[in-house]
Amino acid sequence: MMDNVDNIKQIIIFTLIVVFPIVIITLALSDGEQENRHLEDVRSLYSGQSKPSVDHSKFDALKVDFTSPQEMTTACLSCHTERGKEVLGNAHWNWEREEYIEGRGVTYLGKKNLLNNFCTGILSNEQACNRCHIGYGWEDHSFDFSDQRNIDCLICHDNTGQYTKASGAAGYPPMGEDAPDYNHITQNVGLPTNYNCGYCHFMSAGGNNVKHGDLEFALLEADKAIDVHMAKDGLNLSCTDCHVTENHQMRGNYYAVSSTPNNNASCTDCHGQFPHTKSKINEHTLKVDCRTCHIPEYAKVNPTKMSWDWSTAGQRDNGMPYATYDSLGNEVYLSEKGDFDWKTNVQPEYVWFNGYADHHLITDEITSDTININTLMGAAEDPDSKIIPVKIHRGRQPYDTVYNNLIQAKLWARNEGEGALWVDLDWDEALRSGMEYVGMPYSGEYDFISTKMYLPLSHMVSPAEKALSCTDCHHRTNSRLKNVEGIYIPATSYSAKLNFAGMLFIWVCILGVVIHAGLRIFTHYKRKFE
Amino acid sequence: MAKAYIYRSFERFWHWMQSALIFILATTGFEINGAYKLFGYESATMIHNISAVSLIVLVIFAIFWHFTTGEWRQYIPTFKNIRAQVDFYITGIFQNAPHPTRKTTLSKLNPLQRLTYLALKLILIPTVVVTGIIYYLHRYPVGGEIKELDIVSIEPVALIHTFGAFLLVAFVIVHVYLTTTGHTPTSNLKAMITGWEELKDHEEKDHEAQTH
Repeated sequence: MMDNVDNIKQIIIFTLIVVFPIVIITLALSDGEQENRHLEDVRSLYSGQSKPSVDHSKFDALKVDFTSPQEMTTACLSCHTERGKEVLGNAHWNWEREEYIEGRGVTYLGKKNLLNNFCTGILSNEQACNRCHIGYGWEDHSFDFSDQRNIDCLICHDNTGQYTKASGAAGYPPMGEDAPDYNHITQNVGLPTNYNCGYCHFMSAGGNNVKHGDLEFALLEADKAIDVHMAKDGLNLSCTDCHVTENHQMRGNYYAVSSTPNNNASCTDCHGQFPHTKSKINEHTLKVDCRTCHIPEYAKVNPTKMSWDWSTAGQRDNGMPYATYDSLGNEVYLSEKGDFDWKTNVQPEYVWFNGYADHHLITDEITSDTININTLMGAAEDPDSKIIPVKIHRGRQPYDTVYNNLIQAKLWARNEGEGALWVDLDWDEALRSGMEYVGMPYSGEYDFISTKMYLPLSHMVSPAEKALSCTDCHHRTNSRLKNVEGIYIPATSYSAKLNFAGMLFIWVCILGVVIHAGLRIFTHYKRKFE
Repeated sequence: MAKAYIYRSFERFWHWMQSALIFILATTGFEINGAYKLFGYESATMIHNISAVSLIVLVIFAIFWHFTTGEWRQYIPTFKNIRAQVDFYITGIFQNAPHPTRKTTLSKLNPLQRLTYLALKLILIPTVVVTGIIYYLHRYPVGGEIKELDIVSIEPVALIHTFGAFLLVAFVIVHVYLTTTGHTPTSNLKAMITGWEELKDHEEKDHEAQTH
């Protein structure tokens, strides 16, 4: 009787010991995918199409014979009487923002006066660079920012795709015979399309995808793998669905030119703060920006420029400027511009960012071997900082070795002999002309210095199933976040000393056991034989 | 040859359950530490978390059991005979010397076991459990919340947790080996499985009185 009860007990215990762990493991592995209801709500919200309330082809003001672009703008403003004032207050018009930067105070910075790591800056090059200004005729310091007639309404509102701006014409469209069909274009205006935004933003730094890496013409025909938001076979969102615009104020900042997170566009605007069905992943969003996992790579279709070494520019072959190309047809050397590196399907780099940025101004003294053209603020211990994905564009730029500051070179001119590098291939003259225009001294002594520019990535968001998985970051040797400082990431971070000491201790124990057991066996048999 | 009922059924269940959980926790834990790939990081984390909760539940039951049965007294440390016990492991065991302490139902742990298990139950396991709970539940500062609960860096917590894990693994190795030092190499193991342990003849009389 006793034995029977005992046997049953033993069976129960055995079952518990064997079955319980199996149940645990099964439970752990069977954490099935739940449907994300929230995502469905967002999808239905944005699936509708808006219809324009007016037909511009019925307006007499647009049927006149326009002889200049300014006449068109005047016609627009004759109905949209208050819109001109709005545009005059917009960063697209002013190319600067009033912002507070710690250590600098209130600043007025933007494309107007900042250096960048590509064509370096607009000063003395306005005629070429300002092709992408939403105005007509900003060719030098004398441009009148208060004249509404110089607003280029069409570059954003042309819905025919026929409107263009001429090269080297300071924002004017082609003139004379090549002039666009103004009547047709003005009678077919509407809200900005992705093409309108892309006309400038895809072509930043002078070519498709050159600068940003996540903004390029492929987005106009994207599938979900390229950009889950703009995909033709998906929601087909337009830029302004996220960069919501009210009174010509667009949501969104780009930290190559902006410095503070005012009126930001954010993933959470639509997706909320905790969009995942797994709470552990939602917790990650305290320190990890959405984009870090959801933009696993950029430049998914066409290559983007990863580096630009200006120091080699100016070389000639048999007295002539020349170009060399890589096997894919990308320019890797140009006499006018120097050496480049291009990449497709690039893995981002990752940095802390709290929404605030600083910039290296042309007047700033150089104090290090590498200049951060822009600096993204943030650190692990800062509660507002998150890890974001960036494209880091590395360069070499000219600086004045006597005055110890970066130099704005004059790059573009219509004619030879005006000091432009791209025409005359003479660095000294280009630097002298540029600094003369800027109004700063140039010593005549120059060299080149390494530079970095941090370009946060926000576009080319991949479908959820292509987002990063645990081991992309939680990996001892191959973590994407291995260079992110100040945070302990399980599997990636560890104490080499502790792990060494721990393993050593375990081996000492094993060795002790083996020696002890060996001695026991040895003495046992020794006794037996004796 | 005599037999004594040393380990009651819950005690055996608790012991084997705990050993299974610690085995799973160590296996998955060192994967989370990044030492190797076995289940995959995500599964390892999930198994680790669920096993950890199971272990905590088990420990709560065990604590209850220890107090209701009075078995906690088994762990009251004694320094009497501790030298003799050490000497036994270092020299006596090789000379077939008798165990310096007698195993009885009322005193089933030798002085060295008492100290080791007490340290295990009061220091090592609580340390690993508490750091594990903090590791799982911690939140990074998000501003505006209760600042006292903010943990800016989980690193010290994680490292103490790892340190405890190494000690536990070392304990298991030595513990398993020392089970072979009973009356016969497997008598301790059998006792922990069946509850009944074979004891040396001269111990028989003590047990007859106590266990029946």
